[in-house]
Amino acid sequence: MNAAASPAPAPQPLLYLDGVSVVFDGFKALNSLSLIVDPGELRAIIGPNGAGKTTMMDVITGKTRPTEGVVRFRDHDLTRLDEATIANLGIGRKFQKPTMFDALTVFENLELALKAPRGPVACLRWVLGGGDRARIAQTLEEVGLTARAHDRAGVLSHGQQQWLEIGMLLMQDPELLLVDEPVAGMTDQETEHTAALLVRIAGQRSVVVVEHDLEFVRALGSKVTVLCEGALLSEGSIDHVQNDPRVIEVYLGR
Amino acid sequence: MTLRLVLAGAILLLALLPVLNRMPAESALHVSDFVVSVSGKWITYAVLALAIDLAWGYAGILSLGHGAFFALGGYAIGMHLMRLIGPRGVYGHPVLPDFMVFLGYQKLPWYWLGFDHFPFAILMAMAVPGLLALVVGYLAFRSRITGVYLSIITQALTYALMLAFFRNDMGFGGNNGFTDFKELLGMPLNTPNARSVLFYASLVLLVLSLWLCSVITRSKLGRVLVAIRDAESRVRFLGYDVTQHKLFVFVLSAVLAGLAGALYVPQVGIINPGEFSPGNSIEAVIWVAVGGRGTLVGALLGAFSVNALKTWLTTVAPDLWLFALGGLFVAVTLFLPRGLIGLFTKAPK
Ligand SMILES: Nc1ncnc2c1ncn2[C@@H]1O[C@H](COP(=O)(O)OP(=O)(O)OP(=O)(O)O)[C@@H](O)[C@H]1O
Ligand SMILES: [Mg+2]
Repeated sequence: MNAAASPAPAPQPLLYLDGVSVVFDGFKALNSLSLIVDPGELRAIIGPNGAGKTTMMDVITGKTRPTEGVVRFRDHDLTRLDEATIANLGIGRKFQKPTMFDALTVFENLELALKAPRGPVACLRWVLGGGDRARIAQTLEEVGLTARAHDRAGVLSHGQQQWLEIGMLLMQDPELLLVDEPVAGMTDQETEHTAALLVRIAGQRSVVVVEHDLEFVRALGSKVTVLCEGALLSEGSIDHVQNDPRVIEVYLGR
Repeated sequence: MTLRLVLAGAILLLALLPVLNRMPAESALHVSDFVVSVSGKWITYAVLALAIDLAWGYAGILSLGHGAFFALGGYAIGMHLMRLIGPRGVYGHPVLPDFMVFLGYQKLPWYWLGFDHFPFAILMAMAVPGLLALVVGYLAFRSRITGVYLSIITQALTYALMLAFFRNDMGFGGNNGFTDFKELLGMPLNTPNARSVLFYASLVLLVLSLWLCSVITRSKLGRVLVAIRDAESRVRFLGYDVTQHKLFVFVLSAVLAGLAGALYVPQVGIINPGEFSPGNSIEAVIWVAVGGRGTLVGALLGAFSVNALKTWLTTVAPDLWLFALGGLFVAVTLFLPRGLIGLFTKAPK
């Protein structure tokens, strides 16, 4: 009763980065970066080439250890966990350069991504159930690869590989999706489809999207964070950041 | 499908060899003792090839030290065979094998205890290679040592073991190793009967290994292994603990190699540190490369065909063998990237 009277507490952030720096041989790829993503939030990240967007995802997913700073996901300190543990906490990632398992079929790639026990014995005893099959079929439909289900992933076009990466991300059913440049190599129509898909996923899931395509970012209709030289430059609505003189100077006005 | 029929046919043909061996010598179908004992030996090589293929062809773990696991399995059964000689040694000591009497041992070293029991020896033929693979694999995979570095480490491992087993004070017979075996499971060795029994035991091991490997490679685990082989880091980001998966196949592969070695030694009647020589491990990897890695039948084909070539060449022109082996490897790498099996099967689209 009393609780109802006091102001609602701010939701605990899902992802919390504070003062994160990454130094590669004296070069600061991230420079005291801070970022908060709330549960269910959709966030777009833009910034010029080399701004540190991918490096930020590397830090969150355990690929790169920050030189300093705090990286938390719920109550977990991500700087101390390995990639697999972080993935199993519920953080899924689509890579900028699509990487999948070329020797396996599209279907098998999705099957490997499907949320299920990950140990060797569990994998040995794994039987694909009807429900799993339906989920894979639904994802294949979603990413437009139904007709290619039994082709090897290695023979797909670049755009199709992008879709397969997105499909693999969906199969993991993560709580936080990190999506690095999803629409590179996609047609306008596919770009629209991707934007709609990500908007639909956000709400139940948190989604962080890195993209250069500003039309696409506008279609997401989300808060936008601008990175530059490893640090936060501006944050706000797309209109806000597009009119921010600092942003215009370093990024949009090039 | 046809490949499976050919495979089943080949195994049936092999199974017939000891029977044909019993046919009267003047019969056209008679098969010599030599053919039976050589094929029995090759069958154990084929199991070793399968073990290597599972780790290398599927999971991308190129071990250049699998000969060590094979040899350790061989030493385990060799210790049992030595214990069975009992007082029949040249020195007639009731317990100690000849080499221990010769080296002045007073009593059996503790690590020889238990080897008078056959089941214990077989258990050790699996456990020792398995544990060694577990420790080496854990250290290497946890530190993400892959590719050529892993190959070098495993090669160094077998070399180090060879030097260790050469030493007399190790208690494994030094450079002479073990030989002059008398019997196994109450069967005098070197009789047609023992030859058949060991031959069939090897064949059963081969069929079981083939079955196990095919269950694994056709399961989701097999697809995870292929994924690790092709894009290890990507697999981690999907939440798979790559170290666990690699350890699983590496240990299993070492156990299979150990069992193969345990069946090899009673058939050839000797085990010495030469079995640890780095060249042996490399040769076994070449069988797999020649046959076609990443396909189980390819590993078998490679083991049989390269060894057939070796047996023939070492009788007609022994000096040429190493050149031929090297040349074969280069030729296959250049012209048959999928190995001999690639001649018979379509490339996956
Ligand atoms: N492993 C590494 N070692 C050294 N430098 C690196 C490493 N990874 C990234 N960098 C450097 O850090 C900077 C940031 O790179 P990052 O890939 O994060 O940029 P980005 O914002 O994703 O750029 P893009 O839009 O081109 O994808 C770049 O200058 C890059 O060269
Ligand atoms: Mg990038």
